[in-house]
Amino acid sequence: MGWLVKLFRNYVFRRAIRAFITILIVVTITFFIVRLMPGNPIEIYIGQLMSQYGMTFQEAKNAAAALFSLDLDAPLFSQYLDYMKNLFRGDLGRSFVSQGVEVVDLIASYLPWTLFSVGISILLSFSIGIALGIVIAYKRGGLLDQIISGISTVLTSIPNYLLGIILLILLGVQLQLIPVSMMRGTVSPGMKPGFTWKFISDVFKHAALPILTYVLSTVGGWILSMRGSTLNTLGEDFVTVAKARGLPERRITFTYVGRNAILPLFTSLTMQIGFMMGGSALVEFIFVYKGVGWALWSSIGQRDYPVMQGVFLIITIAVIVANFMADLLYGKLDPRIKAGGSE
Amino acid sequence: MKKLKNFLWSLFVQPVILIAQNKTGLVGFIVLLIIIFMSFVGPYIIPLDTKVKLDKIYQPPSWEHILGTDSEGKDVFSQIVHGGKAVLTVAFLAALFSTLIAVTLGITSGFVGGRADTVIMFITEVVLTIPQFPLLAVLAAFIRLSSPTLLAFILGAVSWPALTRAIRAQALSLRERDFIEAAKILDLGSFHIIFSEILPNMMSYITISFVMAMTGAIYSQVGLILLGLVPLSGHNWGLMIQLAWTRGAIFFKDSLSYILSPILAIVLFQWSSVSFTRSLEGIFNPRLRVRR
Repeated sequence: MGWLVKLFRNYVFRRAIRAFITILIVVTITFFIVRLMPGNPIEIYIGQLMSQYGMTFQEAKNAAAALFSLDLDAPLFSQYLDYMKNLFRGDLGRSFVSQGVEVVDLIASYLPWTLFSVGISILLSFSIGIALGIVIAYKRGGLLDQIISGISTVLTSIPNYLLGIILLILLGVQLQLIPVSMMRGTVSPGMKPGFTWKFISDVFKHAALPILTYVLSTVGGWILSMRGSTLNTLGEDFVTVAKARGLPERRITFTYVGRNAILPLFTSLTMQIGFMMGGSALVEFIFVYKGVGWALWSSIGQRDYPVMQGVFLIITIAVIVANFMADLLYGKLDPRIKAGGSE
Repeated sequence: MKKLKNFLWSLFVQPVILIAQNKTGLVGFIVLLIIIFMSFVGPYIIPLDTKVKLDKIYQPPSWEHILGTDSEGKDVFSQIVHGGKAVLTVAFLAALFSTLIAVTLGITSGFVGGRADTVIMFITEVVLTIPQFPLLAVLAAFIRLSSPTLLAFILGAVSWPALTRAIRAQALSLRERDFIEAAKILDLGSFHIIFSEILPNMMSYITISFVMAMTGAIYSQVGLILLGLVPLSGHNWGLMIQLAWTRGAIFFKDSLSYILSPILAIVLFQWSSVSFTRSLEGIFNPRLRVRR
């Protein structure tokens, strides 16, 4: 029994369990939204088939059941179990609009682009934010601090999609620095995927505006929180002791101040991941960048419920997994968490 | 009497003095007041320009039209004046809903503790991990968000978790303070302790969170409108942006002031709220004052 207790006290294990339970709950909520809400998609679809194709109720119901991979005559609870079973096998039903296309295949074609653009943006903005935050914390009150803090506050207050529109207008239309229409989509048509310079540069060219938007709209927040966190750390006793011991300034800045100042930012990192993945619905809409965010918008617009349900699930699961990874990283950086077992 | 005077002083006079000390905070506060005044009083002073003037399409700013004209030659400035009320009202109501939920749950969780705490915090953590905007977008596909109150309610119903967690943390730390201990020993009752001891001590924090909740509500609200998921009509900064977007106005070089005006109105509101709350933080948390 000893190992069991140890397992349950394990930080990684507990986080994994929590992530898993959260996914289960989200899946359940989604199921009941789709099945029980007034005007739920299955009823709507049945109605559509009956009015448009002149099907009888039973025919329409069978067609709907095939589309959603559900047995609509079974009791709700067994439908729920079926739905869960299908989900674990990776069966999310078929699209309404692109007839017969599996939702899973659609998602597989959208998801990598969002993970790619949002992932790179988080790394870029987090590292730039931390570097600039430390710098202006050391030069607090100076001109550089005032300028960067001011710009950061302005950037944090612009909603990311509005920033995207502003970038489009300024760079694309007014100054005509970039060919906006050529940068739509995720890659140029006819581009062969592969490890070629041509393909990779094309991918980055198309992702450039979304990435720029994500980075600009989040970097200000990181700069300001890193500035505050560094200022707090600078007042700690261990920094004073390190100075008194005559340690080199570089070492104090990086290993004593920097490392400890980053820790509080990790709690915001998990929030930020969720916010950026969620905001992709808007940013990808602005730039016609065909990731899951764009797919969510288009499936809602076309009332393509199976796709909408699948995309919403995958965005949520991606966020939960990313949060789990951020938690693990945090556990690695802060030894107190691994040892103490407290959160 | 002296107590009352002190109370009024610390509530009204001191904040003004302290806001005045922080330059950006002061500017933010003034801009915020101007936007609110313009949106709620402005419509009675400046009439809405509804006349289509086809010879005056997409005019640049001039003395006659300080923000230029739109695709039908109507004055943009009058639309900005009339378009703020709806956006701000929905944001205010949404922030009110989410703050009410958060304060109720947060205090119950932090102050009562025990099983209630475990359950509430579990639900909070789960809702917190679901990305807010996609959830709103999906809900908008099922519920016709045609009434502003309903829109505000939905916005508030998904945005309470972060604040709940913060309020709980505050309640937990307050619970350990001496004056709460004293109130408990005196057996003043939970009702008294929560409403006369804990809540007043959290008002500053709640105020800041309320303003931040408003900026969050504006983000989601305008986002939903831009995606065309809210069947609203009337005058509204969000609808102005959506209209400009769907009509492809952004691709005309001349339409710059038309599309930029509602964007700037929203950005100005967000920026002034953020700056104002930053300086509020300085007022309520004296430790930050020294560090500047």
